[in-house]
Amino acid sequence: MSVKLTEEMLSALPDARGHFGAFGGRFVSETLMDSLMTLEKEYARLKKDPEFQARFDKELADYVGRPTPLYFAERLSRETGGAQIWLKREDLCHTGAHKVNNTIGQALLASFLGKKRIIAETGAGQHGVATATVCARLGLECHVFMGAEDVQRQSLNVFRMKLLGATVHAVQGGTKTLKDAMNDAMRDWVAHVDDTFYIIGTVAGPHPYPLLVRDFQSVIGRETRRQALEKTGKLPDALVACVGGGSNAIGMFYPFLSDESVQLYGVEAGGLGIDTGKHAAPLCAGRPGVLHGNRTYLMEDENGQIAGTHSVSAGLDYPGVGPEHSWLKDIGRANYVSVTDDEAMEGFRKLTRVEGIMPALETAHAVAYAIKLAATMDKDQTVVINVSGRGDKDINTVAKLEGIEI
Amino acid sequence: MSRIEGVLKALKGQGRKALIPYITAGDPHPDVTVDLMHTLVEAGADIIELGVPFSDPMADGPVIQLACERALVHGTSLRQVIAMVKEFRKSDDATPVVLMGYLNPMEAMGYERFADAAKDAGVDGILTVDLPPEEADEVAPLFTQRNLDAIFLLSPTTTDDRIRAISEHSSGYVYYVSIKGVTGSATINVEEVAAKVNHIHELTALPVGVGFGIRDAETAAAVGRVSDGVIVGSVLVDTIARNQADTDQLKRALTDLLHPMREALDSLAS
Ligand SMILES: Cc1ncc(COP(=O)(O)O)c(C=O)c1O
Repeated sequence: MSVKLTEEMLSALPDARGHFGAFGGRFVSETLMDSLMTLEKEYARLKKDPEFQARFDKELADYVGRPTPLYFAERLSRETGGAQIWLKREDLCHTGAHKVNNTIGQALLASFLGKKRIIAETGAGQHGVATATVCARLGLECHVFMGAEDVQRQSLNVFRMKLLGATVHAVQGGTKTLKDAMNDAMRDWVAHVDDTFYIIGTVAGPHPYPLLVRDFQSVIGRETRRQALEKTGKLPDALVACVGGGSNAIGMFYPFLSDESVQLYGVEAGGLGIDTGKHAAPLCAGRPGVLHGNRTYLMEDENGQIAGTHSVSAGLDYPGVGPEHSWLKDIGRANYVSVTDDEAMEGFRKLTRVEGIMPALETAHAVAYAIKLAATMDKDQTVVINVSGRGDKDINTVAKLEGIEI
Repeated sequence: MSRIEGVLKALKGQGRKALIPYITAGDPHPDVTVDLMHTLVEAGADIIELGVPFSDPMADGPVIQLACERALVHGTSLRQVIAMVKEFRKSDDATPVVLMGYLNPMEAMGYERFADAAKDAGVDGILTVDLPPEEADEVAPLFTQRNLDAIFLLSPTTTDDRIRAISEHSSGYVYYVSIKGVTGSATINVEEVAAKVNHIHELTALPVGVGFGIRDAETAAAVGRVSDGVIVGSVLVDTIARNQADTDQLKRALTDLLHPMREALDSLAS
């Protein structure tokens, strides 16, 4: 059922209104429209501006530490007994996750546009830390909105943000998690639209955010493609990435979309199990709707109220997903699957023990699924896991689950 | 002519300004909303904006966020809100009712089914906060075909080209959001609002309602001087929050709040 995507088709998306097929778009209150249109125009210009791109590349190389390695997980592959498992090491990026690829790009955009005040939403705190970091780097004022519940479960990252000079706003509304943080960031933006740049942390939000975040994160897939060809002499057979809002996944997938032979797997948070309703898997179990400025798959009740989500990992605990993923699902180009909290914890332990690489709990979802997948594949095939982040931020959560006090 | 157009024309003929209160349906309880709507009319409302509660009201400040939460605790759905309008219409077929809310509950119900049900219940206009005209090409025709007014927002950041384009997509009135900010957040700068509203009048023949930041007779009169109507929201919703335990007291409090605004607006007429 999959369609062959040509370069030409891909370069036409999103269309002029920010649509990916039936998804995406710009569903915001009128006050933000002018800013979004300006951003769209300026970004289109800067995307072709050699000076901007050279600056971005330099930051990625010298500040973020790119390229990140493509590492052969030899022991894990042997234990799994199927395809060769390779790891794209985004956990080695400065600040410990892929998020900084995007924040450095957007912060440069803000600087080029002359905006000095930065706001961001965060779930796990990784995007908040990555934003606070680049704001320190570029001398920008930084405000991070974070659900009060996440402030609790990611206290380490809250402290990191404060050390970096950011103001952290604990959001008390709604379910006190990522979606509510995004609501409050949007509210702040409306009130300070003249001097403020909103650095959205994933490929969601109104057009042009899904486009520009995808562009900034695509460095992951471009490097992987080149490294795979160098190291294995061929393209990978499968790519596996976790999907919260979908930025690390789209960054990995995008440069491979027209390579039909490469299977794409986005792994959502199955929480306590899809049939319990306590999960964060809109692509697996939701339906299309409109939230946070775009049309996409959502978790909602029959009356269109956004549903509460559950995941052991704060960074996947979001009821929506980037619109481009919704489109890739509907045209059958990518597969979206889920793994439960327990399976993810298994993946976390496994990668830690067998390879000495402690993944973020978000990433652990991709690890768990990739191990299952690799076991069904041949020895001469390759699977690449996008290791979107490292697990240090999660040790409190892991300890708690194991009943240990630290 | 739509009911909204009729009311606004008649007011204009009398040199009067429209008083347009907003309350969130289902707040503090679905059982009292229709009663509160009648109270608003008795206190001088010309048009009612009835909020459809949403779990993620991104354009609203804390006051209306909490109203949505109170309404949703009782499971107030879009279908129920439409049923409330139907009930209201049994004893009031003169006061226009505008549903104001976010897109997703309408999308979940299905646009065609929503438009049919709204029309059947006697709804007059639809204002969807997160639906700019650019994204309305599927939905807006369903409203127009049923003679439901599609009301769009204008803001301090809206350029002249957009003011013209948005007005072309609108009917009934256009809603000028007087501040950069969410509902209930800031105090308005009357001079700035006046300048912008006068400018909007040059670009469209539609009546202009002004909302956000109107909290008493004084601000109502100041804004009424330049606009065709004033929309009063957060201060009413806050009054509901503070008097939710006692419906009679709540009705008195709402009346006490609206009356002076009505008088202040009417004193502009002479
Ligand atoms: C390490 C890591 N991976 C993945 C995610 C999920 O975000 P996305 O789906 O946008 O990559 C997060 C979000 O906080 C994260 O911190």
